[in-house]
Amino acid sequence: MTDAAVAAARWQRCTIDEIVARTPTIKSFFLRLTQRFDYKAGQHVDIRLTAPDGYTAMRSYSIASAPSGSDMIELAIERLADGEVSPFFHDVAQVGDTIELRGPLGGHFLWPGRSETPVLLIGAGSGVAPLMAMIRYRKASAEPVPVALLLSSRTWNDVLFRDELLELESSLSDFRLALALTRERPTRPTDFGKRIDAPMVADVAARLSASPGRVFVCGSNAFVEIAADAALGLGLKAGAIKTERYGT
Amino acid sequence: MATRGFTGRNSGSDLSDRIPPGQHLVENFPVLTAGPTPRIEPADWTFTLKVGPRPIKVWSWSEFNALPRTRMTRDIHCVTAWSKLNTAWEGVTIDDILADAGLSAPTPFALAHCYDGYSTNVPLADLAAGKAMVALNYESQPLPRDHGGPARLLVPHLYFWKSAKWVNGLQFTERDEAGFWELRGYHIYGDPWREQRYTHD
Repeated sequence: MTDAAVAAARWQRCTIDEIVARTPTIKSFFLRLTQRFDYKAGQHVDIRLTAPDGYTAMRSYSIASAPSGSDMIELAIERLADGEVSPFFHDVAQVGDTIELRGPLGGHFLWPGRSETPVLLIGAGSGVAPLMAMIRYRKASAEPVPVALLLSSRTWNDVLFRDELLELESSLSDFRLALALTRERPTRPTDFGKRIDAPMVADVAARLSASPGRVFVCGSNAFVEIAADAALGLGLKAGAIKTERYGT
Repeated sequence: MATRGFTGRNSGSDLSDRIPPGQHLVENFPVLTAGPTPRIEPADWTFTLKVGPRPIKVWSWSEFNALPRTRMTRDIHCVTAWSKLNTAWEGVTIDDILADAGLSAPTPFALAHCYDGYSTNVPLADLAAGKAMVALNYESQPLPRDHGGPARLLVPHLYFWKSAKWVNGLQFTERDEAGFWELRGYHIYGDPWREQRYTHD
């Protein structure tokens, strides 16, 4: 992380510019920054909500949009039934509201770039958000990096960014997409109808033109444990496997 | 700045002397790790104490377990904004490790090193005087692997990234040398009560 990026990570106000329902439980929030910052695909922001009595609640959310120089970032927020911040975003927040935010943050879970080594991305649910930033950046920058995404979701309708991912799969020659649906039978022969396991990870890795040199995993701790162990089983060194856990 | 329509679940809580600013309580014990969870068998485990580049003493698992045991129940605070109260640990204090190596105050700073390549820096003043330990048990059970088992550093009064999982050594240094997250945008000291989350906080 550069000094400039660290220096820029001060609290600022942003405005909710647009809210898009992505799945039955996930909405995208497009936030317009007052102080634009440069970020890398994979980084996150901290959001701070303040109650009238001064109580604050802070949460971290990955940036789902690709770095582009724009003053707008996209966060995909899943509504957690017992949550404190996500129900606010889903049930209360409206276009035009002001939200406090700081970023970009995180100097580890970052798109490697400038390498032709294939990259394997493994995500679950809203955990695809930082991976989506990488895929979108990979497309926009036209870097010749083969990418495969294994994405676990409950059902076809729960697949975050589904239509965009399907479109990317058909338009990008070196992007592979495999969905793992845990509560529904898949209709596409390239998808899976079960929870993630090591053979599934090996199957998706083998769809790349060469063995992956980097693996990024994002999801719940239980999911990440299985995916990261499976990536180790492919022969990757631990240092080539970067993980982001929701902390649940 | 009050956020329109936000009241907050913990608003009005009387635990303000236990929960640092910007933190919220959790009942579970979240796991946050930047890579795969290492597998370390106790038979292969060692702990190395160094002063600068010079190894002073190496303990095996059984030697380390023969050191005096201390119990600590503490509140812990993660930089990702969760706090957990009354966590119960048992292990070997840094004071007892130093005493067993015949050292008192080698240098003002230390770097903890770990099996997964992770490191974090902590001043000696925050490790000594019963403030920190190498924890072997959590809630009366051997430390689970995903929480750093078989052994992790425990520095409960600093943000929890300082409590390095899978610790395998302590290196005393003359200068305060940044560790893994400290090199990646996180605060060099990490006091939750002063909200020292990121570099310039």
